[in-house]
Amino acid sequence: MSKKKTLATAIMSVISVLYVTPIFIVLMNSFKLKTAISSSPFSLPDKTNFVGLENYTRGMTFGEYPFYKSVVFSLIITVLSTVGILLFTSMAAWYIVRVDNRLCRGIYYLCVFSMIVPFQMVMYTLSKTADTLSLNNPLGIAVVYLGFGAGLAVFMFSGFVKSIPLEIEEAANIDGCGPIRTFFGIVLPIMKPTLISVCILETMWIWNDYLLPYLVLDIKKYRTIPIHIQYLNGSYGQVDLGAIMALIVLSIIPIVIFYFTCQKHIIKGIMAGAVKG
Amino acid sequence: MNKRQLSKYFPIFVLPTIAAFGIGFIYPFLHGIYLSFCSFKTTSDAAWVGVDNYIDALGDRSFLYSFWFTAAFTVVSVTLINLLAFAVAYVLTSGIRGANAFRTVFFMPNLIGGVILGYIWQLIFNGILQSYGTNIKLNSTFGFWGLVILLCWQQIGYMMIIYISGLNSIPESLYEAAKVDGATKWQTLRKVTLPMMMPSITICTFLTLTNSFKLFDQNLALTAGEPGLQVGGETIYQTEMLALNIYNTFYQNANTRGVGQAKAVLFFLLVAVIGLVQLYLTRKKEVQQ
Repeated sequence: MSKKKTLATAIMSVISVLYVTPIFIVLMNSFKLKTAISSSPFSLPDKTNFVGLENYTRGMTFGEYPFYKSVVFSLIITVLSTVGILLFTSMAAWYIVRVDNRLCRGIYYLCVFSMIVPFQMVMYTLSKTADTLSLNNPLGIAVVYLGFGAGLAVFMFSGFVKSIPLEIEEAANIDGCGPIRTFFGIVLPIMKPTLISVCILETMWIWNDYLLPYLVLDIKKYRTIPIHIQYLNGSYGQVDLGAIMALIVLSIIPIVIFYFTCQKHIIKGIMAGAVKG
Repeated sequence: MNKRQLSKYFPIFVLPTIAAFGIGFIYPFLHGIYLSFCSFKTTSDAAWVGVDNYIDALGDRSFLYSFWFTAAFTVVSVTLINLLAFAVAYVLTSGIRGANAFRTVFFMPNLIGGVILGYIWQLIFNGILQSYGTNIKLNSTFGFWGLVILLCWQQIGYMMIIYISGLNSIPESLYEAAKVDGATKWQTLRKVTLPMMMPSITICTFLTLTNSFKLFDQNLALTAGEPGLQVGGETIYQTEMLALNIYNTFYQNANTRGVGQAKAVLFFLLVAVIGLVQLYLTRKKEVQQ
């Protein structure tokens, strides 16, 4: 029995190593001369083609757009949108579940419905609407994300609110708490596990999203990391593999940090999202 | 909380979400349905043309091709991802050493965005294929399997997490009962584990099915639909999936936007029907606990 388990551990170790190999190959290539990347992508850097951090310094301004700006815009958009979604949809979900009239049920079913609609269905009209309303900037896109992402968030929060016993809120009411104090003082703290789950799911989605920001934002001014990477590969004349490898490494680093600091929450968030989904 | 007292607070609690929902979903959705019956280049010059766009969409060979390509891709990737994720979850919950470390590794690719994943794998596939004098954009078979491998790499970890939590929630007493009855390991897996895992299987197949069917970023980055093949005067992009086909119909030629919107409506209906049928079929197999 224990022999079998040792064998399983050995096999899993090999697979794990293979699993991280693609990332390792990119990392390795980011230190190589750009011509060496395409001619021998699987060899370690050697004396003839090791260029140190040259690809990184070149990558910083490659594509006539400073990379740090992409990082900053990605961060601003992700944080603003996620905070907006968490705050407003948790409030809406609580109201919808507690008031529970015909209008509320209508809103709830619309939210559930919106979850199955693919983005292509609304991509053109949504980007035009956003343009008309001047939402083509980092603050405006937070409104768009709140709208397009409301479905899942309202759905998950509603599921949780239904499990909170009414007595707690009634007691607060008797003590003279109005709805706003009841929500922020009592309901919101109870919702913490779901807040974290929704936060993780929305962060992962928005940070990596390509098409929505590409169509909504004024991309001359605002390029998120995925938009920038796609631009460098797809539309920008000469493809400089060295700079691209360096930028891929730089865009993975924040994700890895995020992953290792919140791994527990991420795993829990996905399990909670799955049960409700 | 007093219902009547709370209901007065609609503008504070619900209005922001509903307003954004209107801008970000309801209006674009309804407007999209309307535009699918119009000929238009921008939203202001829309002229009603009835079902012409739908006829054009269904007669468009590249659209039908991308439908079959997407369907084949979805069948292969849903099967592979779920089998492998289940197998990994099964091994990791059997009490082997280092299970947490393995879980961490397998999940990580999931956090990397589709565009970046596409370029990571493009480097690797082209590195392998160049010694055979080809690359991922020249051969649609490689493009197909490239996309499958990429999606497996990305999604196995996510589904594995869901399967692990499903496996951990099966009560130990069921396994003990099976043991007492003299069930073999294989019998226990088939008669105890699998039926108890149906809720997880429902969710994972639903997620992989809709993710594969709606795939866009990875498709755009890895192959961009290439290679193109001339068929009767039109170019059919041989690794172009539905979402990318719709995108190109919209943005490569402003004259076909109406057709693009009609394709998008058909795409939405397809995703909805496939998702609901799948949920219905697997839910039926779930056992009451």
